[in-house]
Amino acid sequence: MNEQWLGLLTGVLFGALLQQGRVLRFEKQLGALLLKDMTIFKFMLSAIIVGMVGINLLASLGLIELRVRDTRLAANMVGGALFGIGWAIAGFCPGTSVGAVAEGRWHAVWVILGMLVGAALFAEAYPALQANLLSWGALGKITLASVLGLSPWVVIPILAVVYIVVLVWFEKKGL
Amino acid sequence: MNKNVKWRPYGAGALLGVMATLSVLLSTKLLGKPQYLGTSTTFVRAAGLIERTVAPDHVKDNAYYTKEQVKVDWQFMLVAGIFVGALVASLIDRSFKIEAVPPIWQERFGNRAAVRALGGFIGGVIAMFGARTADGCPSGNGLSGLMQLSISGFISLAFFFGVGVLVARLVYVRKAGAR
Repeated sequence: MNEQWLGLLTGVLFGALLQQGRVLRFEKQLGALLLKDMTIFKFMLSAIIVGMVGINLLASLGLIELRVRDTRLAANMVGGALFGIGWAIAGFCPGTSVGAVAEGRWHAVWVILGMLVGAALFAEAYPALQANLLSWGALGKITLASVLGLSPWVVIPILAVVYIVVLVWFEKKGL
Repeated sequence: MNKNVKWRPYGAGALLGVMATLSVLLSTKLLGKPQYLGTSTTFVRAAGLIERTVAPDHVKDNAYYTKEQVKVDWQFMLVAGIFVGALVASLIDRSFKIEAVPPIWQERFGNRAAVRALGGFIGGVIAMFGARTADGCPSGNGLSGLMQLSISGFISLAFFFGVGVLVARLVYVRKAGAR
């Protein structure tokens, strides 16, 4: 199977699960940001708990390689903050904007168009940002385990428990 | 609340975790390189493909387009697949619904589609500029980042959400007595 077909097949499943998890809706995205409905975090944390164990298990068995992204403190923080501003106004992140249009919420088309323009603007700004914002605080491909000097298999169960405690708390609060 | 509805995000999320794991394994076996979930680089490639039709040399000379490579790759088709999967799933369970202005937006800004379009567009521009600066969105930095315990994922997600909460409060919550 070639790269494109495998991507499409994976994407169809991804889209169906996003839709079935009900996270493609503006109300769910803003529900989380207004701290009223944590559906998207229930979905994300469930995926992260299972994927964290699965992916690290395969990596520990030598079956796959991890692809940890570089940590760049300034870029992660400034970019993260800009994303937060845009996300709150638009009501969708990149993946959910595409899925939202597919389930009939066609106003997300404008979000997609904005995101294409934002990507093009970033491509223009990239050469000017490379030497400053994008390189300040560059720490390489670090993980919570490598920073703490621990095996991932010490960190993973602790994180899993923390995530589950957060989810139980959401349920108790009716969020 | 119906019990099925309550467990829905957990079930779908856990299945996504299984899918993300299998996807890394299958792409390693079949393509010789691991593919982790992510979506925002596709917007760069799509913007490059569109820009290339009017200014091919400009795209060829741009350092970022050169770095990310303007092409239809695994992730590009993943994003196309999200559309297909969400469409089919919403038609099967009849949750597909045409919506021009979402309810929370309508309460705050009224039901004019043009106002929602402008808000969506501006928000989209800022969000994507931020996602590319942070080198990933809630899929790449959030899901794939946290699955791999990546520090960039933890920092980015904390800022996505922390700043998102502050701005959502400013944008959507009317202050008492403001009317």
